[in-house]
Amino acid sequence: MDDLVQITLLSLGVSGVATAISLLIGLPLGTVLALSVFRSRGLVLSVVNTGMALPPVVAGLAIALMLWRSGPLGDLNLIYTPTAIVIAEVVIATPVILGLAAAGIGQLDPRLQVQLQGLGASRYQTVWWLWREARLSLLAALMAGFGSVISEVGAAMMVGGNISGQTRVLTTAIVLDVSRGDFGTAIELAGILLALAFMVNGVLTWAQQSGRRG
Amino acid sequence: MRPDQPLLPPAGGPVAPNARTLQPVLEVRDLRVVRGGRQVLGIQHFAVAAQETVAVVGPNGAGKSTLLLALSLLIGPQEGSLFLHGKVVTPRLALNLRRQIGLVLAAPMLLDTTVRQNVAAGLRFRGIRGQQVSTRVDEWLDRLGILPLRDRHARELSSGEAQRVSLARAFVLEPEVLLLDEPFASVDAAARSQLIDDTERLLRETSRACVVVTHDLDEASRLGTRMAVIIDGQLRQDDVPQSVLSAPCDEDVAAFVGVQTRLLGRVESVQDGLAVVDVGGCRIEALSTLSPGRQVMCCLRPEDVTLRLSGQAGPVTSARNRLTGSILRIVGKGPFVQVTVACGPMIVADVTRASATEMGLREGEQVEATFKATAVHLIGLQQ
Repeated sequence: MDDLVQITLLSLGVSGVATAISLLIGLPLGTVLALSVFRSRGLVLSVVNTGMALPPVVAGLAIALMLWRSGPLGDLNLIYTPTAIVIAEVVIATPVILGLAAAGIGQLDPRLQVQLQGLGASRYQTVWWLWREARLSLLAALMAGFGSVISEVGAAMMVGGNISGQTRVLTTAIVLDVSRGDFGTAIELAGILLALAFMVNGVLTWAQQSGRRG
Repeated sequence: MRPDQPLLPPAGGPVAPNARTLQPVLEVRDLRVVRGGRQVLGIQHFAVAAQETVAVVGPNGAGKSTLLLALSLLIGPQEGSLFLHGKVVTPRLALNLRRQIGLVLAAPMLLDTTVRQNVAAGLRFRGIRGQQVSTRVDEWLDRLGILPLRDRHARELSSGEAQRVSLARAFVLEPEVLLLDEPFASVDAAARSQLIDDTERLLRETSRACVVVTHDLDEASRLGTRMAVIIDGQLRQDDVPQSVLSAPCDEDVAAFVGVQTRLLGRVESVQDGLAVVDVGGCRIEALSTLSPGRQVMCCLRPEDVTLRLSGQAGPVTSARNRLTGSILRIVGKGPFVQVTVACGPMIVADVTRASATEMGLREGEQVEATFKATAVHLIGLQQ
């Protein structure tokens, strides 16, 4: 049972930290992408959109190659650690949050930015109010980002190694249990995973809906 | 700009009779705005002083709104120098400039929050906090007649209410200059007239310098102490509304301000400031100092022309110009009908619907068009 709690907490922790980091990277970049006009904007947008559809296994492979003992970042000794899983999940979630945040902010009426600046808003005050206006889309971006990593298995397996008590998360544990024929535990873990996803998204949806007014 | 000049009288104090002697609050020189390699706006000089409302008019796409955005450094790339109270404003100081203006756009662009928070936004941007915010917000909601709406959500308002919030949001900042871009365009007709009156009153009460962009000449002459006509990205005329309407400086301006009769002619003779112009064989008398032989365009506003049926006795008038012809066309125009008379040259006259019916004006009917020499404005053309 301790094992179960530990696996669940690790899953939640790794995905939560990865989502938070992705938000810190994706929201500012998505804002810049939505608000600025530059020549290679189309190219950047396609790269981001490709990133949104990036197969987690590919991200996992790339991070594994980097962190492998003989790889360029091998000296950091990060392979098969929770940190490695976080790094891989950041690579997966960042384009999702970035792309959806850019789309959400890009959908705002461009005159709103003009109006805010015309009322004397500084650059940061303008961005703050634009985020506030786009808060429903931004919360949706956050949910999509979290959803993409909490349910992810390939990368977590590859860079985490599914080491019991260290890097075993809900998804990798389910895969192992199924391969061992232990369907009972697999179903139990799947239930926890579903409940977790439901709870986190429930909280965010509640925040989103109450944000409709106010 | 002379810095040693005395300061302007305080707001609400005595008003200088001639706004042109006032120091400009906001001024732009040699402005050039380029979009996609094409110059969309080129203005040598434009200024607005305190207690002055400049109505910027012109056809759609002429560059009016671009001027407004350029005045608040909200668009680029642009060339030229902008001065606030005679001090040059560089792009680095743009935020500083924008904190001295209040911008109202055609669409209210309200934030997704309450009315009160919307009006408070600009004050908060300036770091104003606490009791002062709610006092000022409530004062301006009251002055715009929307105090009861203060706790409503901004997205639930009617078009007129929403634009009042947007105006309150700008007025509450007590800015040096108010910049209004088609502020009544989104408001439905029923609420518009009252809103224009209220805006005019508040501008007068606050002595605020104001630039209001509009395509509507009625709005412009109701609000403007000056009228600036922009056509094809150029400032063609900048004068008191009466002068722009009755003495346009070129044909484009004349056409825009509703001078419907525009006739090419040549000055035959001038005596005591009264010119006789030959227009395709017809003689038209006008007040002018242009020299004989000069090619001119005769401008005549339709409301300055009186019609009566030929052969009927009418009131004796002092009008020096009488031309007869047959009615070519009658078109409705609000409470008037617009009658085009072929007198040789085409003369356009506005007649109230009632008198048109009374006189029995019909197409093909022979009529006499009379107008005073003072009603005719001559534009000297390049030789």
